[in-house]
Amino acid sequence: MALLTLEGVSKAFAGVQAVRDVSFVVPAGGILGVMGPNGSGKTTLFNLIAGALRPDRGRIRLRERDVTGLAPHRMCAHGVARTFQHVRLFPGLSVRDNVLVGLYHGRRWGRRWGRRWGRSRAEPDPERAVAQLLAVVGLSAKAHLRAARLSLLDRRWLELARALATGPDLLLLDEFMAGLTPAETAAAMTVIRRVHAEGTTLMLVEHIVWALLDLSDRIVVLSAGEKIAEGPPGAIATDPAVVDAYLGAGPIEGMPRGA
Amino acid sequence: MPIWGRDQSRGCRGVLEVRQIDAAYGELRALTRVSVRVEPAEIVALVGSNGAGKTTLLRCIAGLVPVRGGRVLWDEEDLGALLPHQVVERGVALVPEGRRLFGRMTVEENLALGAFGRRAREGRAAMLERIYAIFPRLAERRRQRAGTLSGGEQQMVAIGRALMTRPRLLMLDEPSLGLAPRIVEAMLGVLTEVHRAGVAVFLVEQNVRAALGLAHRAYLLEHGAVVGEGRGADLLADPGVRRAYLGPLALLG
Amino acid sequence: MPALAQALVLGALIGALYGLAAAGLSLVFGVLKVLNVAHGELIMLGGYAAFWLFALFGLDPFLSLLLVVPLMAILGLVLYGGLFRFIVRLGEETRIKNSLLVGFGLALTLHALAVRLFTADERSITTSYGSRPLVLGGVVIPLGRLLSLAVALALVALLHGFLQRARWGRAIRATAEDWEAALLLGIDVRRAYVLAFALGTALAGAAGSLVSVGYSISPAIGLEWTLKALIVIVLAGLGSVFGTFVAGVVLGCAEGLSATVFGGPYREVVGLLLFFCVLAARPEGLFGRP
Repeated sequence: MALLTLEGVSKAFAGVQAVRDVSFVVPAGGILGVMGPNGSGKTTLFNLIAGALRPDRGRIRLRERDVTGLAPHRMCAHGVARTFQHVRLFPGLSVRDNVLVGLYHGRRWGRRWGRRWGRSRAEPDPERAVAQLLAVVGLSAKAHLRAARLSLLDRRWLELARALATGPDLLLLDEFMAGLTPAETAAAMTVIRRVHAEGTTLMLVEHIVWALLDLSDRIVVLSAGEKIAEGPPGAIATDPAVVDAYLGAGPIEGMPRGA
Repeated sequence: MPIWGRDQSRGCRGVLEVRQIDAAYGELRALTRVSVRVEPAEIVALVGSNGAGKTTLLRCIAGLVPVRGGRVLWDEEDLGALLPHQVVERGVALVPEGRRLFGRMTVEENLALGAFGRRAREGRAAMLERIYAIFPRLAERRRQRAGTLSGGEQQMVAIGRALMTRPRLLMLDEPSLGLAPRIVEAMLGVLTEVHRAGVAVFLVEQNVRAALGLAHRAYLLEHGAVVGEGRGADLLADPGVRRAYLGPLALLG
Repeated sequence: MPALAQALVLGALIGALYGLAAAGLSLVFGVLKVLNVAHGELIMLGGYAAFWLFALFGLDPFLSLLLVVPLMAILGLVLYGGLFRFIVRLGEETRIKNSLLVGFGLALTLHALAVRLFTADERSITTSYGSRPLVLGGVVIPLGRLLSLAVALALVALLHGFLQRARWGRAIRATAEDWEAALLLGIDVRRAYVLAFALGTALAGAAGSLVSVGYSISPAIGLEWTLKALIVIVLAGLGSVFGTFVAGVVLGCAEGLSATVFGGPYREVVGLLLFFCVLAARPEGLFGRP
């Protein structure tokens, strides 16, 4: 079943077409990776899905419901959560309180509207829910530390836990692996797989291509705002169009060589 | 006629040597024990996937990012102690990513500002004519406000402006970003001409294949460390480059 | 409509000084990205400098500009070196917060100092020729104020010429647009900052001198003038010195009009309404380049 569907989504800024007629489907329970070189429109696409931007054309559907152009907090209430590339935590609150905010905020909406959407959202035991989430990301021991005092990687975990606390069906990860060492990236991939195993559908936008190819079961490749490839990781990594997009089309006819 | 000024041709060699430098943004480790070398009148390319540290390396050399551990040597002088405008005065110029023109000023004003330093000021008029000869389109638009130019023209102004500082080493950070292939071709051709005029070029470029085709030598950067080095043509064929950008799966098939 | 014409002319005369005051503040804000809310106090100090040079040594206030402007420039250097130099090192958000704190602190200090040294009384310079009225088409123009307008215009023109033609003038404009790009061209941005701040202070001093001639000064005028300068900057936008001057004149005329049409107490209201309208319709200012 398709959880998220994009149909012909386009967005332009001041005459520059950032995203052009992009369509794809994120199946429920899958992990979709989105990749592309600098300036390919990945970030814009991400923001369009998360609700931070409104598409000029096209439709975005969550299951059957049209969610095109809905604001981020409404998207959250519908079960779409996101992380931020430049981690945006509440630095003065403790780790536990940061997660609690996600728990109460996301679920509070859900409690009011949950019945209408057929999703049960009541959370009888917040403490237990927080403890579970912290265990998934490995922050249990640091629950009472102030968020400002965490290391970069730990802050990413906290952001992830907080997003998960809103109880999403679809989790959007925005360059989650940026700036991590290879060891940290491997740890991040383990946690992401764990989250996926618990039933959350994931969509990842990443620059760290090898991690993306390893994690995703399906990949969409963007270049200059357009979708140029879609398929399983193995096919994508060897697709000549993808290689061209990343490495450039090469020396052009008539251009001086090896000066 | 070489581009650099009189005092520089007096026995100064123009060798850039980066020795084992580290750099970080807060806790984010950006560069780890990176060493590169650019000889006079070479074109050296720096390739690597996004986030590998290419921009950071250029900014470290230019003096915009502090270097921790290791040294940046230009003609045996440690650039680490200098402020960016002093680095320019020594003959190392950076064309930053995104052009960064002064949009409210005219093309000519932008170019003229390149000749701000004492060394660049002498022979400024001649240099300006030289730039207009290399970029005839700019001569037509010299009184136009820089902000109204097309992307390709803006890139030409950015390169021209850096050349006005009379560098012996010109560094460029992704000059082809956002430009149409025709323009990229023209621009890379310009770099050849610049090189022929005696300026060394250190190039970070998104069109990796074109850059490797153009360069004499290249370095491959990954996760802030140098993982490959060789002649441009050799690296072109090296599967390590493909792996760096697209991961190990790219090596199959 | 003689009353209306008179009001407009008088408004334009003070408006020229608004413009000059705003030009200095705009320069500092545009280049350093720091809003010096003590700018009005610097105007006040300039006014007192001219006043005391006149009261103690009989120096004509227009001539004493030749002394006041360099003295205020030096004060600018001192204030920058001692205070604002530390603020420009900060990141954008902290910079704005800290510049307001520091600016207000400086304003209060200068104000208190002025009250202590000069007392809170209003002062004004009355020269022999100052109040001589010129009559043009039924409108009375005090000579002193007309000369002030001419001087203000001249100073603005000088500033414009400096920014356009002089090497450091262009360096200042480049720094205002993109300080990092300026650094990469060999421009010592620190020097650009110092220069801009000193110039801004000198212009404030000049404005103050001119205020003391046609009008009156007291320690309290600081805040009022800071606000006027701020309104003019928003009206004009950043990036055009002459635009700032014209916006000042526009504000002055608007105030004069509203005082005549709606009565004295409403003088400021029209100015503020104008401010809101321009902000809503054209946020980059009348002459600002987005």
